Amino acid sequence: MEDRRRIPRTVPGPLATPAGAPVSSGFLKALTDKLIAVASQITHEDIDEQVEKTLPVRTLNEMGVDPFGLDIDTTRLSIALLVYLHRYWFRTEVHGIENMPDGRALIVGNHSGQIPLDGVVIALSMVLDSDRPRFPRAMVERFVSTLPFFSVWFPRMGQVLGTPENARHLLEKEEALIVFPEGVKGISKSFRDRYKLAPFGQGFMRLALESKVPIVPVAVIGAEEQYPSVADLKPLAKLLGLPSLPIVPQLFMGMFLPLPTKYRIYFGEPLHFTGDPDDEDSVIEEKVWVVQQTIQSMVNRGLKERRAIFW
Amino acid sequence: MQTPDRRAQAHHPEGPGAERPIDHPESTALVASATPEAVANGAALGAVVITGICGRMGQLLARQLHRKLTVIGIDRRRFVGKPEDIVHYQIDVRRRKTQDIFRAGNIRAVVHLGVMHNLRESDRTHHSWNVVGFQKLLEFITTYKVPKLVVLSSAMLYGPSPDNAHFLTEDAPLLGAQEFFQIRDLIDVDMVAQSFFWKNPEVETVILRPCHILGRVRNAASNYLRMERPITVLGFDPMLQVIHERDVVEALMIALEPGARGIYNLRGPGELSLSRMLNMLGRKPLPVPGPLINSVLGRMWNYRATRFPKEELDHLRYICLVDDSRARKELGFIPKYGIEDTLHAVSSQW
Repeated sequence: MEDRRRIPRTVPGPLATPAGAPVSSGFLKALTDKLIAVASQITHEDIDEQVEKTLPVRTLNEMGVDPFGLDIDTTRLSIALLVYLHRYWFRTEVHGIENMPDGRALIVGNHSGQIPLDGVVIALSMVLDSDRPRFPRAMVERFVSTLPFFSVWFPRMGQVLGTPENARHLLEKEEALIVFPEGVKGISKSFRDRYKLAPFGQGFMRLALESKVPIVPVAVIGAEEQYPSVADLKPLAKLLGLPSLPIVPQLFMGMFLPLPTKYRIYFGEPLHFTGDPDDEDSVIEEKVWVVQQTIQSMVNRGLKERRAIFW
Repeated sequence: MQTPDRRAQAHHPEGPGAERPIDHPESTALVASATPEAVANGAALGAVVITGICGRMGQLLARQLHRKLTVIGIDRRRFVGKPEDIVHYQIDVRRRKTQDIFRAGNIRAVVHLGVMHNLRESDRTHHSWNVVGFQKLLEFITTYKVPKLVVLSSAMLYGPSPDNAHFLTEDAPLLGAQEFFQIRDLIDVDMVAQSFFWKNPEVETVILRPCHILGRVRNAASNYLRMERPITVLGFDPMLQVIHERDVVEALMIALEPGARGIYNLRGPGELSLSRMLNMLGRKPLPVPGPLINSVLGRMWNYRATRFPKEELDHLRYICLVDDSRARKELGFIPKYGIEDTLHAVSSQW
């Protein structure tokens, strides 16, 4: 951990700004710079340098703008705010980040915690805790695009609607994608099912075979306990048009922040698969099973290693 | 269902094969209004028929074409400032006179731009004008063996939706009418053109689906960007694609080249978010919460206080972006206008 404690720059470095008018106003840009400087001072890290190393964005169009909406300033602002969560609230411990390849990759993880903070923490560790930082693109649920503000914020942070076409497009540009094949079933697990992986979908495997992309298995420990849920009211969720409606007792007690569990993230060695992407379900299922079992055993090992939930 | 040929026969007592000579009294009357030079030129190369020639796109295309080829325009509207050598018939496509234009022969291509989309008009008018009129036109194309048909459709027919893949290819279904049912007749036109494409391989059919066309053209996107204080939906800022009207004309010119056929999405200089477009134009957006905007805008529309129909709101919320790689690869179409020029085209005077 010592190597990331560099002396922070007082004036943030010039970051590549895409062509055209800026997304954020001058005030927001100044605020972002200020927040980055403060965060760098507090964490003793040079956040801007790490962000700069991830550039240029690989998907830029003719105008130097990411067509999916990724905006470096918004991303820096988000990092400046979320770094406290990463460093001081969850005190994330990152293992095996060196397994991350430089080219295209599918980062497949276990999904948990009612809100997708696990994705946030995986992304932050890839940017802040790696010697070869890179900016991952997370594939998100379509529900997000219908939510005001989130539909703006998420794409600007580089997140993309999880459709096979989008994934294919990004992989062609050598991007790293975060995928949670458990989907909503995984994130809305109730507390008694914690760390039991829900069945994986097959889409990611067909994609991996088609795009010949290595799968990096990731186990996230600690997210399951951030918002313990006692039940998921599925019929009511359906009625309200929500993907799930977990009952989280701490929210009734006014604790809106997640519990300060300690996050442990394990990046496994990349798995390579070959075969026909249009093969029968049963053939694909076997390959999916291998990935699911790898992640499950990584989770089990991580659980065995940890002595306590909160430290 | 009758095939187009049969239906042509039904409307035409002498049958499709019985082409009347040019000196038929009715057709001479029509041809007589053309200048002699134009007729001579057209005889050599064949004429291009443009429906809806008086619209902005029609006028631009006609001005590009008329020096090289004979241009025959069909439109009910008046053609203000018409160049001398363009032949304009101020008639409705559905009228019998249209057939006389085709019967006169020597038509090398039909460019169909005469699509009506005016929400103040009734559904019945729309259907009759867009679908029935277009089917009539297709009958004439097959009957009189016109070798080329170019249809200007729209990428908006895919429909903005939160489920959309980021870049829609030409194979994506046209689902725009799910939320905006008034455009179903435009979808019908595209579908009719598609089935014509398959049924009549001897006719080179090109269907172009451009993204939002900007310019002096009067369409929802240009009208919206001309507003001083355009409404936006609070908490939404979709990526948009725009294309300059002259780039679309360029694409139409390429489509008219012999050999071009197929369905092509067209995209302009690249994707940009709505907020940045408004910023570049110096507009001050008025963000309104989603639930409020529907009822307010609906009411404003009824009182004719806005030119922006609430059905178009989804374009300000969700994405509807196209993949234009096929047009780039097969047609060699590269847009010429950059984003600045394209955006500022909405307030240009020329």
